[in-house]
Amino acid sequence: MAQPYKIANADFNCHQEVISMEDVSFSFQQQTVISNLSFAVKERDFIGLIGTNGAGKTTLLRMIVGLLKPTHGTIRLFGENIDRFKQWERIGYVPQKNSFNPLFPATVREVVLSGLLGRSKIFKKVTKSDYIKCEDALHAMGIEDLSGKRIGQLSGGQQQRVFLARALINNPSLLILDEPTVGIDTETQESFFHMIKHMHQHHNMTFLMVSHDLDMIRSYLGQQPAAENGKLKFHIKHSHETQNCVEDNLAHSLKGLREQMESGKEVVLIGDRN
Amino acid sequence: MEIVTSEFFQRALIGGLLIGVTAPLMGLFLVLRRLAMIGDTLSHVSIAGVALGFLIGVYPVAVGLMFAIAASFAIEKLRKAYKTYAELSIAIIMSGGVALASLLFTIGKGFNVNVNSYLFGSIYTLNNTDLYVIGGVTVVVLIAIRTQVKELFLITFDEDAAAVSGLPVKFYNVMISVLTALVISVSIKIVGALLVSALLTIPAACSLIIARSFRQSVITVVIVGELAVVIGLLIAGIWNLAPGGTIVLLLIAILLLLLVLKRGIRTGS
Repeated sequence: MAQPYKIANADFNCHQEVISMEDVSFSFQQQTVISNLSFAVKERDFIGLIGTNGAGKTTLLRMIVGLLKPTHGTIRLFGENIDRFKQWERIGYVPQKNSFNPLFPATVREVVLSGLLGRSKIFKKVTKSDYIKCEDALHAMGIEDLSGKRIGQLSGGQQQRVFLARALINNPSLLILDEPTVGIDTETQESFFHMIKHMHQHHNMTFLMVSHDLDMIRSYLGQQPAAENGKLKFHIKHSHETQNCVEDNLAHSLKGLREQMESGKEVVLIGDRN
Repeated sequence: MEIVTSEFFQRALIGGLLIGVTAPLMGLFLVLRRLAMIGDTLSHVSIAGVALGFLIGVYPVAVGLMFAIAASFAIEKLRKAYKTYAELSIAIIMSGGVALASLLFTIGKGFNVNVNSYLFGSIYTLNNTDLYVIGGVTVVVLIAIRTQVKELFLITFDEDAAAVSGLPVKFYNVMISVLTALVISVSIKIVGALLVSALLTIPAACSLIIARSFRQSVITVVIVGELAVVIGLLIAGIWNLAPGGTIVLLLIAILLLLLVLKRGIRTGS
């Protein structure tokens, strides 16, 4: 029985909403941290999130990655209600501060490999391809030389790269960074942002980043960001034109088509792209 | 020397070999999660269970185990109530356990002799049932760690990241607590309730000195644990000493030795 291969169907949505929040509020001990927030992050957006201390930046991120439940409202990830969302490997999260003990016996490689875990793979052993993914992520961050070192021996900037590598090992569609450069010297910060920029421009990745670094956000987003007292502001860079998106979409479909043919299955084309 | 070939000593040795693996392994996860004191708490609550077991004529290890599991859940609950002062919950449950044990001791004065061996450990009291129970617990703990070591590592290293990657963190927390309770309650008869937490924490302390990777630390705790238990039991058997005390003093000796060696290497190079 031939498996019909649908080339023009909705399995790859051009402007898919990666994150959508509807009327989300969060209160903690009778204090409202976030009230009635609605917004959407679309595929390949780069969102810089700034706000004063206590504005709820970290709370917002923690809700998006499922660590906190909103008191009110709905959050959707890749179109799926967060309560039913299962594909956590599509999200890379670099938390604000990694408060691990510097004596913790773990090598850089062990930490990066731990990023591969997920609900679906609980009994899975570490395979050769996992190690290759790990080496790739280490290489992408330029820390392959450090892979055998204990994580506590590294500098703050190096550690940040390790945690970024851990977030990247699954090749996530969405990368969430919570003040990634706190406590890192200016020079390292610059190379870090350069790296992030590169990833955004050359990989099909959506970014949501909280940062205190107004200069960086300004230079990258080409806008004047403003942090209003106690309020969150979003600055969105849509990095892709519709044209690009269609091309990508087609390339994606073609890739799928090729795989289908190589696997020896019969391919039936349905519909047309236009 | 003939004590070494006696049946009860060999039972103690087999039991010791088993808890020499499981207790340091569970202890490693506790120490790395900064819950080193949980071992003490669970063992103190266990004594209360053991005392109750004697009082009502039920297998004391089983009652002690149930008390330890109940205590581990209570700690988790209290931990949430105090959040940043999580160690408070550990202190409260620990004193509660000792208080309950002392009450039960005074009610049943007749079993004081037996209680002593539960407090400080003994190589004479292990019977075949105990050995089967220890064997069962060892199998459960080793299977759990063998299959879940990556998950346990991530939860120990970064609980938030574990939750974001979709791991059921609550389930693993309960699992760690229950496995620890299991290991402690079966170790009490050999090492003694007052000293069992040393067998959990000191091997982990040793591994922090020398291990660079998580893998190495797992290997280190098992080697240190086994060395201390086997040599400790032999010394205790030959000179008729309390096994718990000899094992713990050996553990501390190994720790000191490692510290000195490390300092020597550092100043030497």
